[in-house]
Amino acid sequence: MFRKFSRIIPYLLTGLMFIGHSVLYAQQQMRYPRPEFETDYTYPEYQYIYQRSPVWEYIDVAVLIAALTLTSWLVLKKRWRQGIVWVSLFSLAYFGFYRQGCICAVGSVQNVSLALFNSDYSMPLVALLFFLLPLGFALFSGRVFCAGVCPLGAIQELTAFRQVKVNPKVEAVLGSIPFVYLGLAVLFSATGSQFIICRYDPFVGIFRLGAPYTMVIFGSLLLITGIFVNRPYCRYLCPYGVLLNIFSRFSYRHLSITPAECINCRRCEPSCPYGAINVSDKAGENELTVKPSTVRLLYPFLIIFIALSLGLIAYNTAPLLAGVNKNVMLAREIRLEKETGIKAESEAALAFRESATPEEELFAEELIVIKRFRAGAPLVGIFLGLSLGIGFYRRMTRLPRTEYEPDRGRCISCGKCFRYCPVKPN
Amino acid sequence: MMVQMVKKENENKSRREFIRKAGRIAVAVPLGTIPAILSRKSYATGYVWQIDPYKCTSCGLCKTSCVLTPSAVKCTNEYEMCGYCDFCPGFLRQGARVYDTGAENQLCPVGAIKRNFVEEPYFEYVIDENLCDGCSKCVQACEDFGNGSLHLQIMQHLCVNCNQCRIARVCPSDAIKRVRENEPYLSKDRNKKITRFRNKQVSAAEEQKPVIE
Repeated sequence: MFRKFSRIIPYLLTGLMFIGHSVLYAQQQMRYPRPEFETDYTYPEYQYIYQRSPVWEYIDVAVLIAALTLTSWLVLKKRWRQGIVWVSLFSLAYFGFYRQGCICAVGSVQNVSLALFNSDYSMPLVALLFFLLPLGFALFSGRVFCAGVCPLGAIQELTAFRQVKVNPKVEAVLGSIPFVYLGLAVLFSATGSQFIICRYDPFVGIFRLGAPYTMVIFGSLLLITGIFVNRPYCRYLCPYGVLLNIFSRFSYRHLSITPAECINCRRCEPSCPYGAINVSDKAGENELTVKPSTVRLLYPFLIIFIALSLGLIAYNTAPLLAGVNKNVMLAREIRLEKETGIKAESEAALAFRESATPEEELFAEELIVIKRFRAGAPLVGIFLGLSLGIGFYRRMTRLPRTEYEPDRGRCISCGKCFRYCPVKPN
Repeated sequence: MMVQMVKKENENKSRREFIRKAGRIAVAVPLGTIPAILSRKSYATGYVWQIDPYKCTSCGLCKTSCVLTPSAVKCTNEYEMCGYCDFCPGFLRQGARVYDTGAENQLCPVGAIKRNFVEEPYFEYVIDENLCDGCSKCVQACEDFGNGSLHLQIMQHLCVNCNQCRIARVCPSDAIKRVRENEPYLSKDRNKKITRFRNKQVSAAEEQKPVIE
């Protein structure tokens, strides 16, 4: 029986091949055959234009290094506020209006996390350098990037005309927003979903003189706020500022308010619009904080508890967060369509129907994305919990201070305090 | 008493110094490892955004979603796929009473498609990039009724190369993807790779073809 059947197999295969071949041929065949020109007509060549040269991107890196070095020198050695203003004016003109704000160090965070967790994206070297260099400089000389180089900072610095002091408690609460923003930005880009920092970049519309109106309104509102509450984006939103904050805390050198020994004259107290000056305990008003030893012992456990519980919360909200991914959104829409019978009307759903991709493929994709969110979200939660716990700890206990010093994390090295100090350098 | 205070101060200072040093090492380690990890997969050339013509559903969002006005997305004709039809569905509006080149009979709302006579019965269709706004009406028509040689491409001399392309975010079919900088255009012809480019825009006067006899 089988031997009889096996004889037919080659013929069957040949038949299949013919059918397959003709289907492929029909697919390749165009509706209208390619014309056979009798005249000496030739197809137009080189219809595409390409003039971008990578040289410019490396010039950007050179300018970045030069501006960072110059600002460091102005902050640490020269102590010249006006010079820092000039550098930031240049940075605004070059990185902002001339290079139109892309690529910037703030956005490069997303490229790094996309490259770290996705094998099909490899990091452009320029973006990597834009990510690393400001952090390296922060480790050496504090947040000089914010002071003179960042175009987003510069546009706010140059439009800050008044100083309204923000209550330190309000400042602390608003100052925690960037941590959440950074966590979400890293999570969304690591899962290949979105680049939210670029999407909600407030000033790129102003640099390009053309953007969706919501972007321009958001940017203008921030600038108007910034006239009174200086640098609102840097303080209450900037996700890269979080990294600079952490790195700057451990910097090798940092801006100092006084050029020599602090005499605790209190004159620099009102100078900082960001509330980034740590008041000396010798000035009299501050009492030394009481340091209860039991709290000190218990606190590490509390920090771990906060971190783990936030990690758990983040793990449980992962499917919700996954909704920002386009495929997940589409899969949910299609599933809803199947359940309710109401036709999905979005452009994505129409395109999905047109492409005739099997639904199972889409649902499998959705599961993969949610799995990645499940893996990443707890880490983000733990990071947020640790930052929160350490922030609380720092507010509760501190070592007494004998002189006025900038808070290394929040000080952006703008140098506004220089001229308030009456001490002459020795 | 005084001596004790100074001693205490020094203690605090050295503690701060210790925390700072330990922290510096702790944060310098990831700063060093990130480039080490990425060095194997980082390239000197970057990425640009481009439309995959086979995923594109010509929905028209390219025209409205680009950060530039008019959009950096333009229509191009893959000449080697074009049928050079007399009744080009991308050029002539469906349902027009008379099939001639009058403005009211053209499909393109901005008149960006130029029709040149080649020989009987073939006509060449050239897109004037300065006029085209990427609305994709002709692309849809050519896909539906013609050979599908008209397709959308992001023109790299116009594109400002945002870190996150705004059209890519809204594109319903995920047709916009990052491509390597040295291959910035995708041809509708699957077997063709576009590797040679003009380096500047040729003005309309220069583009006039010599008359074929």
